[in-house]
Amino acid sequence: MSIVTVQLGQCGNQIGQEVFNAVCADVRGTHGLCSKKENESYRDACKERFFREEESEVPVARAVLVDMEPKVISQTLSIAARSGCWKYDDRSHFCQKQGSGNNWANGYSVHGPRHKEAIMNLVQKEAEKCDRLGGFFTIMSMAGGTGSGLGAFVTRCLRDAFPTSFILNHVIWPYGTGEVIVQNYNSVLTLSHLYQSSDALLVHENDVIHKICAQLMNIKQISFRDVNQVIAHQLGSVFQPSYTAEGGSRYSRNPLGDLMETLVPHPEFKMLGLRNIPQMPENSLAYSTFSWPGLLKHLRQMLIANAQMEEGIDWQVRPPRPGFSIPSSHPTNKPLHFNTSIANLVILRGKDTHSVDLGKKEKHTYIHQYTKFGIEEEDFLDSFTALEQVISSYTLL
Amino acid sequence: MTQSVVVQVGQCGNQVGCRFWDLALREHAAVNKKGIYDEALSSFFRNVDTRSGGDSPDIYKGKICSLKARVRQSIKALLIDMEEGVVNEILQGPLRDVFDSKQLITDVSGSGNNCTFHIFRAVGHKLYGCRYRENIVEKLRKTAEHCDCLQCFFIIHSMGGGTGSGLGTFVLNLLEDEFPEVYRFVTSVYPSGEDDVITSPYNSVLAMRELNEHADCVLPIENESLFDIVNKIHQMTSSGKLGSTVKQNSLVTSSANSTKAVQEKPFDAMNNIVANLLLNLTSSARFEGSLNMDLNEISMNLVPFPRLHYLVSSLTPLYTLADVNVPSRKLDQMFSDAFSRDHQLIQADPKHSLYLACALLVRGNVQVSDLRRNIERLKPSLHFVSWNQEGWKTGLCSVPPVGHSHSLLALANNTCVKPTFIELKDRFMKLYKKKAHLHHYLHIDGMEQSCFAEAVSSLSDLIEEYNELDATKNEPRTDPPRLKIAV
Repeated sequence: MSIVTVQLGQCGNQIGQEVFNAVCADVRGTHGLCSKKENESYRDACKERFFREEESEVPVARAVLVDMEPKVISQTLSIAARSGCWKYDDRSHFCQKQGSGNNWANGYSVHGPRHKEAIMNLVQKEAEKCDRLGGFFTIMSMAGGTGSGLGAFVTRCLRDAFPTSFILNHVIWPYGTGEVIVQNYNSVLTLSHLYQSSDALLVHENDVIHKICAQLMNIKQISFRDVNQVIAHQLGSVFQPSYTAEGGSRYSRNPLGDLMETLVPHPEFKMLGLRNIPQMPENSLAYSTFSWPGLLKHLRQMLIANAQMEEGIDWQVRPPRPGFSIPSSHPTNKPLHFNTSIANLVILRGKDTHSVDLGKKEKHTYIHQYTKFGIEEEDFLDSFTALEQVISSYTLL
Repeated sequence: MTQSVVVQVGQCGNQVGCRFWDLALREHAAVNKKGIYDEALSSFFRNVDTRSGGDSPDIYKGKICSLKARVRQSIKALLIDMEEGVVNEILQGPLRDVFDSKQLITDVSGSGNNCTFHIFRAVGHKLYGCRYRENIVEKLRKTAEHCDCLQCFFIIHSMGGGTGSGLGTFVLNLLEDEFPEVYRFVTSVYPSGEDDVITSPYNSVLAMRELNEHADCVLPIENESLFDIVNKIHQMTSSGKLGSTVKQNSLVTSSANSTKAVQEKPFDAMNNIVANLLLNLTSSARFEGSLNMDLNEISMNLVPFPRLHYLVSSLTPLYTLADVNVPSRKLDQMFSDAFSRDHQLIQADPKHSLYLACALLVRGNVQVSDLRRNIERLKPSLHFVSWNQEGWKTGLCSVPPVGHSHSLLALANNTCVKPTFIELKDRFMKLYKKKAHLHHYLHIDGMEQSCFAEAVSSLSDLIEEYNELDATKNEPRTDPPRLKIAV
């Protein structure tokens, strides 16, 4: 089952490239922890999911790169080609010259319709090259113009063109202290539109990843490359082949479908969060030992305390009072930390997973990954659909 | 890659423009060692192969050697002046190969004759504007046609003189009519209090009206600030202590290693600063980086209301010490400097006024964490307007300017420009009340007293808008109520 990745805007393209890097490195790595046969089947599943074989021996990523200006795409293409392990298809990219100027309306209402055909053609081509199409994975930021605006438009087009495929949108939540001044406009508009066409929205917050880099990975001068690598690592841990609960010896044949089934029980609640442990720099790996009970304990703690990292968890945990009405605004003092997950899915990777005891004696050991969610979100999105009429008068041209 | 066209008008405009081209060539030469015409160059330069006597088909693969070689580049620029003196000098100087004679528009008489200090903006705008309209439009069209994708016009002029302010704003008008979707960035040199042109207040206020209506973004520059910066550097380099260790080509005022082999002229140092400003502004559009900031993004993010488009700029560092390593502390110092008055190109006090928006464009080996850290550090001391508390726009470009390992350009949309405008208005009113020198203007066809009245009222309105924003400065932040949904 293959996944076609659509990388949108500067952020999307930069992250996408790191994701493929991470997957490729994983495939080539020799672990020696499993039997050779297991390794091979893992590798094959992984390759099929993300790459396709061409006459040139280097695997080609199943991806479409879209941007409204040429610099980032050409950089991405060349870095990938230089790695020698994989590359992008030279024709699977679309770019223009002008950029979107951080303007959601420009991306959605101007560039979108104008270039719809060209972009959808590229996607169609990639989709046709898959034996079995598992779905689409789009990567974009919410603050800019292309990723957010054009991304929302492309998602809608994907939904129209492939009504039965799964679409998972990966969005990057901008820094709280601002990286683009109109990011709030762009983000709200993106979210409300994506909600209608997408199956699930996986969110990564720049602030959080930044903290992970600083505290867990011990990077002194954090660059966007570091941030992207952490994100890629986290995404890899979700999307790499894993066994499903039923078939203990087969890799999931429908990765996106499984995810959606477990995590999106109701179409109103589509936002997903991701927690990954352990996160640490490569060089510390040699000095650490892990045990499943330890890791799971940490993960559970993170869940209960609604934290994103295993360190520095704030233990002021208070469940909401019963009969609590929908809060109309965040309280100005400490936000409540409690487990607000609707559904959770846990994916374990490594050796001896069968010996892991999660403490749940259930028939379906659907072990759940953490979905961070608050009723707030639904309220927020509904309300802005109405506000959107007002905002649409902000359209360029 | 998008292209930009520079329109330099008047003596000031052309002199600054000349420095800009010089430094641009120097910068590209430093980055582009192989001498192949690449994408970055294409944003301002057009490659012309003189051997084949015209535009050859493989224009992008032409090799550029030096300016005097067979293959030469031609600049996307239009040089306009009403006197031949300045432009002729440029054409005879070391940059002559770079300019094409088709890019000039000059007239013999000059916008103001009689006495040296009577320079009339009216003549520039009304008389010469109309006379040369066709000519100018045609030349602009030609230059624009050579561009694959024209994104922006840069206009460089002064506000006090006649040609720069008058003809310059006429051209601005023209650009809006002929090329409405192309951004117009104007770099204006505002007159100081002791300007040698007596009628400069008239000229400036009349020009302001045009800038209010037709420019997308204005970067006001004041000679006093430039002068202060030049002095500061002079002190640093000649104090003896650090003099020997300052890298000459890193001075924001220097023309070292550029094509100028002749003696530097007195305004060169100051003009270089403005040239550097323009280079930094466009660096992210020309070179790669991890967080690109294009010109349309600058306009989009920094202009919350269409008329409030005056940006205070500051550049750091002004110089680099040659043999000192740059630890992280130095980097933080750079950010602090950007918000200090010594580095601003206009005499204003942003720290005590209200920020509407702020953009930081960093070049060189600086990472996002450094940027974040410094924004967190500096934020508490700056007052942002209540509805835009996180009003930061950031850009990271990997290529540093010549002679530096990193640099920062800060652009702020701040109400501190208000005093400058108020002063301008006061000086205008002083003359206007007495109707001094008015008759010279009214002699010109098409110029009437109402023009003056309209201009001053436009300026007053602008000041009033800034006033209103300032009034909100100390109000507590009230969030508007959230929409309630029927569940």
